Amino acid sequence: MSRTATSESQIPEATAPRRAFGDVAFKAITTGFAVGILLLLGAMFFVLWRESALAIEAFGPGFLTSAKWNPVTEKFGALVAITGTLVSTVIALLVAVPVSIGIALFLAELAPEKIRTPFGVAIELLAAIPSIVYGMWGLFVLAPLMSAYLQPALGGLFGWTPFFSGPQMGIGMLTAGLVLALMIIPFIASVTRDVFRMVPAQLKESAYGMGATTWEVVKDIMIPYGRKGIYGAVFLGLGRALGETMAVTFVIGNAHRLNWSLFAPGNSIASTLANEFTEADGDLYLSSLVALGLVLFLITFLILGFAQLYLKRMSAPGSKG
Amino acid sequence: MAVHIDTRRRVLINKLVMGVSTGAALAGLTMLVWILGDVALKGLSAINWDFFTKLPAPPGEEGGGLANAIVGTLILTVAAALIAVPFGVLAGTYLAEFGKTEKLGAAVRYVSDILVSAPSIVIGVFAYLVIVIPMGNFSGWAGAVALAIIMIPVVTRTTEEMLRLVPIEMREATLALGAPYWKMMLGVIYRAAATGMTTGILLAVARVSGETAPLLFTSLNSPYWLESLNEPIANLTVTLFNYAMSPYEDWQTMAWGAAFLITSSVLALTVFSRIILMKRMR
Repeated sequence: MSRTATSESQIPEATAPRRAFGDVAFKAITTGFAVGILLLLGAMFFVLWRESALAIEAFGPGFLTSAKWNPVTEKFGALVAITGTLVSTVIALLVAVPVSIGIALFLAELAPEKIRTPFGVAIELLAAIPSIVYGMWGLFVLAPLMSAYLQPALGGLFGWTPFFSGPQMGIGMLTAGLVLALMIIPFIASVTRDVFRMVPAQLKESAYGMGATTWEVVKDIMIPYGRKGIYGAVFLGLGRALGETMAVTFVIGNAHRLNWSLFAPGNSIASTLANEFTEADGDLYLSSLVALGLVLFLITFLILGFAQLYLKRMSAPGSKG
Repeated sequence: MAVHIDTRRRVLINKLVMGVSTGAALAGLTMLVWILGDVALKGLSAINWDFFTKLPAPPGEEGGGLANAIVGTLILTVAAALIAVPFGVLAGTYLAEFGKTEKLGAAVRYVSDILVSAPSIVIGVFAYLVIVIPMGNFSGWAGAVALAIIMIPVVTRTTEEMLRLVPIEMREATLALGAPYWKMMLGVIYRAAATGMTTGILLAVARVSGETAPLLFTSLNSPYWLESLNEPIANLTVTLFNYAMSPYEDWQTMAWGAAFLITSSVLALTVFSRIILMKRMR
């Protein structure tokens, strides 16, 4: 293996003909696998689209707006599942966003140096717990507590609205939303904490130097500076919540009905797939389920795409909120 | 900024917000302790020697274990890693070495970051359509492929990050000796990044070993020992789901045992790899 040193000052990719083949092959192979990731995504869209063609042909755009879901008469519409997905996600975000920002604030600004790391690790561990464990815990621990305490309390206070009326069974849309909130809090909190940490110390110190309180620094400096990053974090949580399956399937109640009450059982796209996919007999049934999956994939893809754009802009050099 | 705002009011608001924020963090910690506590308390009572060594018992019958599901989950995870690791490492190598500024690199990075959080149930649907239907039956392979699709973007991105941490001097020294680029990668750079890459892979493994949704209609489940990856294969998470949703109390107890086993393994793996990563990043 004798070889003379190259004289280039830059790292050469493939210069001498003798080594050209190895380097060209290496680059080609790695590029191939990188392109493979794009192809994988393309294949997923293509296959889902192809297999839902039957349902799209049969129901057209009405698929999205019909609340019917009847395997016996083979009439399928996605409205109930889409509504359930959106409602449970909105509940989750309403709870999770303020709590997560509070946690992020605590971790980035308030907590004494010593407990920052253990607290931060604890929050990240919450994110590592498998979602099925959240679901199981929601069903066996949270749901009984909901029907014993929270639902009667909400029913007593707001029972005159349609949203908090009806039987208090523990499971249902509200419980699903709360379990989802629990699941996405760690994601939003840890990304928001990282965003807060990126705020330049000079900015914060100038404000502190002018006599601003911690809250004023947060409100007037950190949140405006990190706005895009916080949006990114929220969209990330949103994307996760929309597609979450197991945590929801346990507690949402799995009923294909539209209902104003948040106590009532419902269904999300993911829980419908989890419950019915293996039972789907008949091509149209299966195709309708795949179409549901396609809808979910499209929505989450868009949301997560936005999340990444926001987060990238935040971390790009020279960017300002 | 106005000067004449009542200072006492500002201080009060500040204290209030700090209190609420501290409360939120404490609530987060409480939830962690609560969930883990429940899983440990209810799970540990189901765990004994039989749990690891015996096949599941029919409902109502005493004893039995989840040995087949434990083995099944291990095999599925290993099979998924065997598919995903080479794929992810090579794609990550492209991103770190060749695709830093190119458009293709940016596109792959963007798509990987999205796929990391993509709904795993949809990946299960995809694996069903491309593997289960053509093969004609549910199979361990379909589950392994679904899990691999979830792992690939994670491995890709961590590989990229870890390769970028290798100092440029190491590359220059190797190339100055006349080594071709690919030899530099195989002989020097991968070795230098090996610890980081391994922990990244472990994190990805931890993530998929707790996945349920992609296995529901790919690997399905089975009450028997597995004989081949071409058949449905028992695994812990789907077993947990079926048992927890069943009306039988002893099955539900078994489900808590499975939950404890999965949670403790995933957390142990996560903490272990985090510690190594943190030591390395410093």
